[in-house]
Amino acid sequence: MKATVLVRPKSGILDPQGQAVESALEHLGFTVSAARVGKVIDLEVDASDAATARAQVEQMCERLLANPLIESYEIDVRA
Amino acid sequence: MAVPQPRIGVVMYPGSNDDHDALWALAALDAEAIPVWHEQPELPALDAVVLPGGFSYGDYLRCGAIARFSPATAAVREFAQAGGLVLGICNGFQILCEAGLLPGVLLQNDSLQFICRDVRLTVERDDLPFTARCARGQELVIPVKHGDGRWFAPPQLLAELEAKRQVVLRYAEPCNGSVDDVAGVCNERGNVMGLMPHPEHAVDPLLGSADGALILASLVEAARERAVALA
Repeated sequence: MKATVLVRPKSGILDPQGQAVESALEHLGFTVSAARVGKVIDLEVDASDAATARAQVEQMCERLLANPLIESYEIDVRA
Repeated sequence: MAVPQPRIGVVMYPGSNDDHDALWALAALDAEAIPVWHEQPELPALDAVVLPGGFSYGDYLRCGAIARFSPATAAVREFAQAGGLVLGICNGFQILCEAGLLPGVLLQNDSLQFICRDVRLTVERDDLPFTARCARGQELVIPVKHGDGRWFAPPQLLAELEAKRQVVLRYAEPCNGSVDDVAGVCNERGNVMGLMPHPEHAVDPLLGSADGALILASLVEAARERAVALA
């Protein structure tokens, strides 16, 4: 199974990288606000069904991929 | 009877780069400084452990996030849980936070810039094995050099830590965006401490300040007391 994890800075956490991206986009003439920068982690998981794969990836997020103090995550699993 | 030299280990991770400075500074302060390779699943007989600065495992994912799975880190965790003295400097502080041995987390500096300069710090605790040679309220000048030194804890956790007096050092002026200007914290038991500034780079006046020696000599002295107690 393939899985994609989206890790985001939690709301309320100062994201200076997002602010820098926002200001660079404004320099290019775009009108944007509230830019936030996170991470994408693509995985191939050895699991027979989506539910098992998701349960494994949740464990990975809790134990390594995200720090719950500052980050939230979303998991997408597909065949 | 001769006073024993305390044995203080310095863990060397792939990407550590202040390990030799820490070994040198501890030896200069009359400790037996012992390198500990990150693959060692057991620590040698030690009276204290230092996790040094650097960029362990390339700082991949988050600073310190990978190093916490090293065999040596597991051994350091056991050592700390048994009451052993553990000091994390810079990347070592980040590793201790990621490992859950210290509260909070270190984020990218609010300026997005790597900060490399002397900073003024205020000592909040002088009753710890790491600060016994300092006085509460004393100002120390010690260099920082980090890109990810913005210590953060959510408001409720921060309030708990302040109430339990776990903030040991604060920047005397804003440095990297840390909440409450926190520069160093300890665990509740007071045997594990982490700080972003580098005391090992400030043990000789020739290097601009010897204030770092107050922290490291406190550690050496506390480790010596433990060595004497065990002898």
